[in-house]
Amino acid sequence: MQKEKYERPLIQKMNAGLMNKFGTRTEYEPVKHIDNVPVKEIIKKYGSPVFVISERTIRRTYQQALRAFRTRYPKVQFAWSYKTNYINAVCNIFHQEGSWAEVVSGFEYRKALGNGVPGNKILFNGPEKTNEELELAVANDSLIHIDHFDELYQLIELTDKMPRKPRVAIRVNMDTGIYPIWDRFGFNYENGTAWNALTKIVASGKLELTGLHCHIGTYMLSANAYAVAVNKLCDLAHNCKSQLNTVIKYIDMGGGFPSSNTLRGAYLPASDTNPSLDEFAEAICSTLLQQGFKQDELPLLMLESGRALIDDAGYLLGSVLANKRLSDGRRATIMDFGVNLLFTAFWYEHKISPAQDFTHHTEDMVLYGPLCMNIDMVRETINLPLLNRGDHVVVHRVGAYNMTQWMQFIQMRPNVVLIDEKGETHLLREAETLAYIEQLEKMPVHLKEFNL
Amino acid sequence: MIQLRKNIASSDSGFIFNPATGDSYSANPIAADILHHLKSGKSVAEIKTLILGKFDVEAGQLEKDWDDFIAQLREANLTEN
Ligand SMILES: Cc1ncc(COP(=O)(O)O)c(C=O)c1O
Repeated sequence: MQKEKYERPLIQKMNAGLMNKFGTRTEYEPVKHIDNVPVKEIIKKYGSPVFVISERTIRRTYQQALRAFRTRYPKVQFAWSYKTNYINAVCNIFHQEGSWAEVVSGFEYRKALGNGVPGNKILFNGPEKTNEELELAVANDSLIHIDHFDELYQLIELTDKMPRKPRVAIRVNMDTGIYPIWDRFGFNYENGTAWNALTKIVASGKLELTGLHCHIGTYMLSANAYAVAVNKLCDLAHNCKSQLNTVIKYIDMGGGFPSSNTLRGAYLPASDTNPSLDEFAEAICSTLLQQGFKQDELPLLMLESGRALIDDAGYLLGSVLANKRLSDGRRATIMDFGVNLLFTAFWYEHKISPAQDFTHHTEDMVLYGPLCMNIDMVRETINLPLLNRGDHVVVHRVGAYNMTQWMQFIQMRPNVVLIDEKGETHLLREAETLAYIEQLEKMPVHLKEFNL
Repeated sequence: MIQLRKNIASSDSGFIFNPATGDSYSANPIAADILHHLKSGKSVAEIKTLILGKFDVEAGQLEKDWDDFIAQLREANLTEN
């Protein structure tokens, strides 16, 4: 006789009609494929955990974003925010789509050059730029976004030795009605510091003032904040023209558009609360068009969107290591990935789907990672079907900031795999090995040996 | 020996009601089976044998899940002991 399919015995309290914070029922479907490639096969070939990136989703998301802006404003240029995901192959997909590079360190700058981005299509942001890095950037005619007065003077001093006039912008911070104000980067608009910096740049005669930059925050939920920011940057641009006789060639609105991930503690899923990219595009473009720029002086609109362009394209596949019950009776499930790989678990309530069939029974559980550290919690509470040791799960929307902020802590980083548009898989970054991790370590001779 | 509280009402479809607290629970088919056997006074060993005969599961796996299930019953205040 054929035996019946087994499932862990489970009872679950029914809270009659009461809607809890996580919804009354789960609408989970197993996710057995990513871009038509079976999850099982990916794990069999590349191990678990493993990051998976969908080339198709990257290109589609980028093209949609570009369309949202280009249909509303004639001059638009995206620059890929390297820190969001600087796996070289990922950067190159964006470059193939026409994106320039936006970098915030010498390390990222060299990465962009290494990928073949022409120097004059690299925006160099960030508070730290060494003399050597500035010289390299100027030699390559890159766009240097000045963050503070010390950097402004540093650059002016260096110009004596430089082959050409550096092309610069300043980063401006401002009150857009969003608090806290990100005032630690750049020069403040309201108190006149930004204007002061602009006059110094032009008065020096040694720098070519080219653009104005801002990045007003990340995961912004107000499209109107961007309209405010456009108004303030354009006010500066008009003053540059009228008082400093300098035409601003581009207005860089930075990034900050939200992805469709749900923030931790949010009551409603992001899809219900976040403005669409079209709303942000409308706020920015319509405000820009109302500024009265002459046709031939219309500034280029530069965008450095990060998470909104890549989050959806990234998946983390993992497996259940164990189930246990906590002292207060709650179910805990231990996964083979934790905050070491999923840095964004600190911000987001990631959507997690089982990768195999299950029954309609579900339970609330805490989802832990494998690290022997208390901080290692992937979801504080999540309602999932019964998971058994060895079962696979798919974590959605992990493309932004995880493959850069991941920690080599306790565990090594796993393979990163791309699914191309034909459904072929490619290894983009090999799983780390002990030899790789230790190759930079040195052992003083007197510490080489011991007797135990 | 696990003893369910006397007044616990349960149905074959897996509905459980504790009149003492007013709480109700739903059980998956295996849990409903076990509850049914417990109510009819079968011993733990007897029930495990029945489950192993009916469902596709290794004895070791059932052993682990059994302890967890009993913990769930206690947590829900459905047992006497
Ligand atoms: C200067 C700058 N530009 C762009 C970005 C990308 O931001 P987001 O991922 O929020 O779009 C960042 C991220 O912090 C940034 O600092």
